[in-house]
Amino acid sequence: MPDHPGLTFPQPPARPGESPDFSLIDIPPAGALDLPPLDLDAEASTPYAQGLVRVLDDKGAAVGPWADYLADVGADVLMRGLFDMLTMRAVDRRLLNAQRQGKTPFYLQCTGEEAIGCAFQRQLGKGDMNFPTYRQQSLLVAADYPLQALMGQIYSNDCDPTEGRQLAIMHSSREYGFFSISGNLGTQFVQAVGWAMANALSGSDRIAAGWIGDGATASNDFHSALLSASVYQPPVIFNIVNNQWAISTYTGVAAGASRTYAQRALGYGIPALRVDGNDYLAVAAVSRWAIARARAGLGPVAIEWFTYRVAAHSTSDDPSAYRPKAEAEAWPLGDPVERLKHFLVGRGLWSDEQHAQKEAEILDSVIEIQKEVEARGTFLDPRPASPAKMFDGVYAEMPPHLWRQRQELGY
Amino acid sequence: MPKMTMIEAIRDAMDVKLAEDASVLVFGEDVGYFGGVFRCTAGLQKKYGVERVFDTPINESAIVGMAVGMAAQGMRPCVEIQFADYVYPAYDQITQEAARLRHRSNHQFSCPLVVRMPTGGGIFGGQTHSQSPEALFTHVAGLKVVVPATPHDAKGLLIAAIEDPDPVIFLEPKRLYNGPFDGNHEAKATGWTSHPDGEVPEGRYVIEIGKAAIRRPGRDVTVLAYGTMVFVAEAAVRACGIDAEIIDLRSLLPLDLDTIAASVAKTGRCIVVHEATRTSGFGAEVIAEIQEACFWSLRSPIQRVTGWDAPYPLAAEWDYFPSPARIARALLKAMED
Repeated sequence: MPDHPGLTFPQPPARPGESPDFSLIDIPPAGALDLPPLDLDAEASTPYAQGLVRVLDDKGAAVGPWADYLADVGADVLMRGLFDMLTMRAVDRRLLNAQRQGKTPFYLQCTGEEAIGCAFQRQLGKGDMNFPTYRQQSLLVAADYPLQALMGQIYSNDCDPTEGRQLAIMHSSREYGFFSISGNLGTQFVQAVGWAMANALSGSDRIAAGWIGDGATASNDFHSALLSASVYQPPVIFNIVNNQWAISTYTGVAAGASRTYAQRALGYGIPALRVDGNDYLAVAAVSRWAIARARAGLGPVAIEWFTYRVAAHSTSDDPSAYRPKAEAEAWPLGDPVERLKHFLVGRGLWSDEQHAQKEAEILDSVIEIQKEVEARGTFLDPRPASPAKMFDGVYAEMPPHLWRQRQELGY
Repeated sequence: MPKMTMIEAIRDAMDVKLAEDASVLVFGEDVGYFGGVFRCTAGLQKKYGVERVFDTPINESAIVGMAVGMAAQGMRPCVEIQFADYVYPAYDQITQEAARLRHRSNHQFSCPLVVRMPTGGGIFGGQTHSQSPEALFTHVAGLKVVVPATPHDAKGLLIAAIEDPDPVIFLEPKRLYNGPFDGNHEAKATGWTSHPDGEVPEGRYVIEIGKAAIRRPGRDVTVLAYGTMVFVAEAAVRACGIDAEIIDLRSLLPLDLDTIAASVAKTGRCIVVHEATRTSGFGAEVIAEIQEACFWSLRSPIQRVTGWDAPYPLAAEWDYFPSPARIARALLKAMED
């Protein structure tokens, strides 16, 4: 016994120069968890909050009750899922490249996390609203958001629907169910509750989906959101993307003594599930279930998507300073694109040759759109909207003091 | 004398205090192993251990709230908020807790803590990485608010802040971290090593909180600025060829009214420059003080050059950031009879 109480300072299992170590992560077999009833309550969801819903097994087969739940999903839908992810990856790579060339001051990839946004979005309906973080561009890609607008935002040119107001990646599209990203952490998780409450109050069956990273579950507003949803039971889905790293901070610093993030919801009486986020089929199945539940008026639900942030936090970050270089390759749940491809090949729906060809085609079409968008201005050749636009939208109507300032600016 | 960037000077201040005072603690988001997203705490965890320099969850009110409890119980926390734009969840802890603890307990408890945060624009950060929220803190009784403009001042002021018996908001102009910046964004960036203000003494020294610095003595007009705007104002004055007296306020609260009033009494003209939005900005407070102290010495209306009253835009950054040209126009206006 120490002579006085001490403190704990969580540390990751491996640092640069050491071998990646995921031995503490328990990966249960695919297909081990049943499909729960839609009216699952918090207590009964405990095995889901502590376990891991997996559909694709290590051999690339879809197994278990959650796979059966997707039995009516056609091959075309799964192929589209693969193409969504390939498109997302191509867009990310091209825009990262653009940042390296100085064409945008900033970019941020979602590499390794493509399945989560891509599969979730394809289960949503028109009029549903996401409250994303800055790493959910995959929602836009899978919503068939025009890549011209997506890339235009990165270059702040006239393809940017928000006319250069925000930092790259802070998209906004009301039409495509993508709430305006503020860039602050956690703040928008609780706004999803309010949006869902407004839907319910106005007699709509549309739902809201909040998004948050593992790091930002530490924010006040994460807890505000769970509490508010616990009280009013609105049709909201809480998506917690646990990608293991909050910039340089190991996920254990946000988790503390909790085993999973999903479990946090149980204390608020909100059922929760933990899901293999690198398994497109698991994401699709659980998203479908959760969305059906919310739309049926059965209240909020929380999902922890278990994944790994393969890329740097952003182009301003260098992860080799704080985590082992080979950690991404050592991630025990693999790569979402490879896993879905493996499954489709195994089912005889796809081949390595077709995949390579499709990947090249998608890359070509992304490059073609990128060239077209870059021709309208980049950070190297800035063609922003008129600076006078900065006064537009501060209020619905411009008050006199802003008119005076606009004139002082020369407009 | 060693040359340092502002980042190195800030790190050196914490290093000095961590070494000589076991009650000093440093923590915040990414500040431990990694050493902060701007590297201000790099190497400190390795040197002083995880119990004195550590990473926190992403919760600013927890960072400051813990610091309040620690400070009240005899520690001297020097915490980092990753960007000033992220401080708002901690606003309650800062304004209603840290700022008032000494007063409401009639000195039973006190709160000697420092909240460091990078502030200001000019780095293509958009609206959540560019704000200058100093006026939100200068409006609060019980806080001290400091903004260094040079590595030399940053180190001396940060040591003074850590040693101060009351809570200090320490705003670090991030555009000045690696070198002075005069507002000419198309020019090649220069580092602190080639600048005289990059000379930073070794060991402990303090710059007294509450004392402004006269950067350039002059007779014709007083220019009041702080943070990045000190260098932008210097560039504007050079371009105009006006014999301006440039004062770096350094400490906004308490404000060095003696130095300001003596200067304005001499010149009879004044302009105030800051990056923050105009309405209810700190410039308004300074101007109110000056007109009370120097009304009969003033020969022209006091001019104000500030950020516009709009959220900080990304693409239009250089139309928002107060430019040397805008400051020059204000100088010429102040010079009119």
